[in-house]
Amino acid sequence: MDIDLMMRVYPFFLKAAWVTVQLSIYTAILGLACGALGASMRLSRLAVLRFLGAAYVSVFRGTPALIQLFILYFGGPQIGIQLNAFEAGVIGLGVNIGAYMTETIRGSIIAIDKGQREAARTLGLSGWQAMRKVILPQAARLMIRPLGVNINALIKGTALVAAISVVELTYTAQRYIGSTYKPFEMFLLSGVLYMIIIYGTGQAIKWLDRRARIV
Amino acid sequence: MGLDFTVVPGYLDIILLGVVWTIAITLGAAILSFFGGIFFAVIALYGPWFVRLPFRAFEWLFMGTPLLLQLFLIYFGLVQIGIDLPAFVAGVIGLGLHFAVYNSELIQTAIIAVDRGQMEAARTLGLSRGQALRKVVVPQAVRDVIPPIGNNMIALLKDSALVSVIGVSELTLSAQRAIGNTYRPFEFYVVAAAFYYVINLGMEWVLRRIERRVQAAR
Amino acid sequence: MTDDQTPFLDIRNAQKSYGDLEVLKDISLQVQRGQIVAIIGPSGSGKSTLLRAINDLDPLTGGEVWLEDMQINKKLPHRQYEKHINQVRQNIGMVFQHFNLFPHLSVRGNVTLAPKMLKGLSDAECDKLAEEQLDKVGMLDRIDYYPSQLSGGQKQRVAIARALAMKPKVMLFDEATSALDPELVEEVNLVMKKLAEEHMTMVIVTHEMGFAEAVCDRVLFMDQGVVVEEGPPSKMFRNPDNERTQNFLKKHLANANR
Ligand SMILES: Nc1ncnc2c1ncn2[C@@H]1O[C@H](COP(=O)(O)OP(=O)(O)O)[C@@H](O)[C@H]1O
Ligand SMILES: [Mg+2]
Repeated sequence: MDIDLMMRVYPFFLKAAWVTVQLSIYTAILGLACGALGASMRLSRLAVLRFLGAAYVSVFRGTPALIQLFILYFGGPQIGIQLNAFEAGVIGLGVNIGAYMTETIRGSIIAIDKGQREAARTLGLSGWQAMRKVILPQAARLMIRPLGVNINALIKGTALVAAISVVELTYTAQRYIGSTYKPFEMFLLSGVLYMIIIYGTGQAIKWLDRRARIV
Repeated sequence: MGLDFTVVPGYLDIILLGVVWTIAITLGAAILSFFGGIFFAVIALYGPWFVRLPFRAFEWLFMGTPLLLQLFLIYFGLVQIGIDLPAFVAGVIGLGLHFAVYNSELIQTAIIAVDRGQMEAARTLGLSRGQALRKVVVPQAVRDVIPPIGNNMIALLKDSALVSVIGVSELTLSAQRAIGNTYRPFEFYVVAAAFYYVINLGMEWVLRRIERRVQAAR
Repeated sequence: MTDDQTPFLDIRNAQKSYGDLEVLKDISLQVQRGQIVAIIGPSGSGKSTLLRAINDLDPLTGGEVWLEDMQINKKLPHRQYEKHINQVRQNIGMVFQHFNLFPHLSVRGNVTLAPKMLKGLSDAECDKLAEEQLDKVGMLDRIDYYPSQLSGGQKQRVAIARALAMKPKVMLFDEATSALDPELVEEVNLVMKKLAEEHMTMVIVTHEMGFAEAVCDRVLFMDQGVVVEEGPPSKMFRNPDNERTQNFLKKHLANANR
């Protein structure tokens, strides 16, 4: 193992890891927004919205994220959408993971809805009040862990933007593999950084989950 | 530059060939990941420590890093140690190993959940530990995780697009070839997406049938 | 050949501890060929542990178990021991409280799994064997059912057929009817009675005192890891010598009548 080489290049990997972190954060925020919107559409009383929500989930979960990214980044200009690679990465991945989060959020709400809505309605709360005051607070706790699984997948998924040349961890590893012919060393460097990011996020989610349970 | 889907039919043969390769690589990797998952699970639970420990490290590394990175490692790493595999084979191995690790996680949990009495009953009849695992415990565990393994297979289909970056001529790379000639990325990627969507539907249909058959045998 | 004086199954000074907890304290038990021995006693007294020591499912920490002229729990290097014990277990059938049928196999599959794997029987031979054994326990008509489609009593009868298919020399029953609804107990008892009439050697852990009295040649009362008293059922159930035995039976009858 070429430790010298690893010591020489690791600053570049650190910089790249920071890009991966930023990508992950923006993507997670956009994904959660899309998930919340998607879930409310899927649970809407309006059939049109329900259909649109279902179509969103079906299409974005039914096709590869990489293709979605390519359509946005390479095909976007044809329909008047000009984005730089980082922006395309965040939007492409965010909308994609949002489809998965839609199902996570919807599942948690349904799980609580069953008994609780009736109880709230018999007290005289309106449908919306029941949702806001009774169901959502409980569902929010329930969805922390499965959303954590989505976020874990999302962090690994940010590697896809290497294919549109965003200089994040995987792209950097790929470039250094090409120039140094040291695939194992480069894999190890980037792999360790990925695991630190994922482990840290995992701990944060566990902490949130524990806190939510105590309250 | 607007959209013009009339260019697509001229490249349909390339695209369809890509579809065939995508199905082939998905099937190959799915089979590898299924049996690899069982094998890994048994090793992780029952292997001697000098197998178990390195395997845990491997598992940990593969669950904590992106598939794309792993594909680069396998493709270039194998070349590095003098094994020059065709891209297709490297793709099957990369995808298959990646999902084998995820399947192994599921199967391990399921094996642990199989009632202790099952192993005892089998041992009482005179079966060895290996025979009891093979004929009694593992089949039950696998049956219990067919639905989540099915979900992994669906994910595998979509992740098969990634092997285009190591040069496997599947659907995504076929689309890219057509785009290289026509400069019409939007049209061809949308067409590719449509094909993926259809394959995905087909796969879900097959998996649901398998699930129902497995359920019936309970 | 064994004459009637040398024991068929011979447990010598069995001792078993889990850490500091001594579960079996120097127990000896001889069973003649064709004899039927019942073990009774309060929960936690070590009945299952003793039974499971016979086929080395829970290995003893001291003492020896012999079947005919073979020591079951002899010390061997791991590999050899595994081979030895798998061979031995083919001769010892065991029936569990919770049946432990293989849910992924049909009734036929449950009965033929071991004969097929271990005796190398052909499919046709296996089918014949399965039909024979299932007929004996009255389950032939359910041969292609799955365990989940059977009642508890039916499951237990299949479990007995599964054990019998290996043509064991001894059958061990660990509270075979304890998990059954009362109305299903009798069908399993009938099968066990039938085995008794065929002079199968059996060791039966049970809480069914009536059944034990009707079927068994000898009864052991265990408490806290020792055999407190043993004798023929008539004496054990009608006028036991030991006070602990008397108390146990009194309590047990009181519970049974409630
Ligand atoms: N694996 C074990 N570890 C520790 N103690 C055990 C274990 N198995 C059984 N025991 C203890 O051994 C004693 C005898 O148990 P058992 O033979 O199952 O009794 P019985 O079948 O008469 O109810 C009990 O006190 C039980 O708690
Ligand atoms: Mg017991």
